[in-house]
Amino acid sequence: MSWTTVADVAAAVCLLLGSVLALLAAVGVLRMPDLLSRMHAATKPQVLGTVLVMAGVGLRLRDPGIVGLLMLVVLLQMAASVVSSHMIGRASFRAGQVRHDLLVVDELSEVREHDEPRGAP
Amino acid sequence: MSPVMRTRRDGTTKLARHRAVQPFAVVWLTLVWLALWGEVTPLLLVGGVLVAVLVCVVFPLPPIDLVSGARPLLLLAVLARFLVDVVRASVQVAAVVLRRRPVRNAVVAVDLESSSDFVLTLVAAMLSLIPGSVVVEARRSTHTLYLHVLDVEDAEAAEAFRRDALALEQRVLRALPPRPVEEDAT
Repeated sequence: MSWTTVADVAAAVCLLLGSVLALLAAVGVLRMPDLLSRMHAATKPQVLGTVLVMAGVGLRLRDPGIVGLLMLVVLLQMAASVVSSHMIGRASFRAGQVRHDLLVVDELSEVREHDEPRGAP
Repeated sequence: MSPVMRTRRDGTTKLARHRAVQPFAVVWLTLVWLALWGEVTPLLLVGGVLVAVLVCVVFPLPPIDLVSGARPLLLLAVLARFLVDVVRASVQVAAVVLRRRPVRNAVVAVDLESSSDFVLTLVAAMLSLIPGSVVVEARRSTHTLYLHVLDVEDAEAAEAFRRDALALEQRVLRALPPRPVEEDAT
């Protein structure tokens, strides 16, 4: 078994696993009860799925020129998912779109009563 | 987030544009440029540096209040632990997605020990990607993060999560020790 065969098999495994994770993320977005839980499903398995798919693509193409681009995709995906999940979560919490019955502990609603003005850093 | 730092916290006013060209940012932007082209030639390198400097001048950002000196080995350890946590997070969320039992959550306040904005940002970003948390609110004045935590059974588990988050901050602080000088008026 040559080196390229091993790389191809590894690429196939990475692509499949990544796709499964992306599918699970989609199922999670459908099944979760409220927006904040959905953001979990939409960020974490999704990011790892992207990482695995990019690894698979890199292993299959085996082109040094493409590796930098793939790493850039992963980095930007991580940064974007962090920022977007935070912004959406924050907006939904401020708009009151929270299922309080699902929360065991809620330390943010307690402080929000006597709060800093909106937009404060 | 304002592009030009006209008024600083201690009251002095100054245009930050000429200070916006930071070496680290230029190197990073050049690397991005080369990655986009997918090859390294002298012409691309020179062009990349020019574009990087141009970007820094046109979109000036306040300089990051950087740390006094990174410890590469500890930083690698933080990174390795982070990657393991990313995988664990995905598996955990996937398991929560697939099971039938309804999920219970919590919103936990974590008071960070460090008063550096850089550490606050870094810890917030890392916490968003590792097991079960999304940053709902960040309060810069008190350096508090409010995190939505997935799959929390009781107050005990929420407390455990708070300890995990603070442990992460400690690891980051050990790897990137903050500058010993005082933080003016923050």
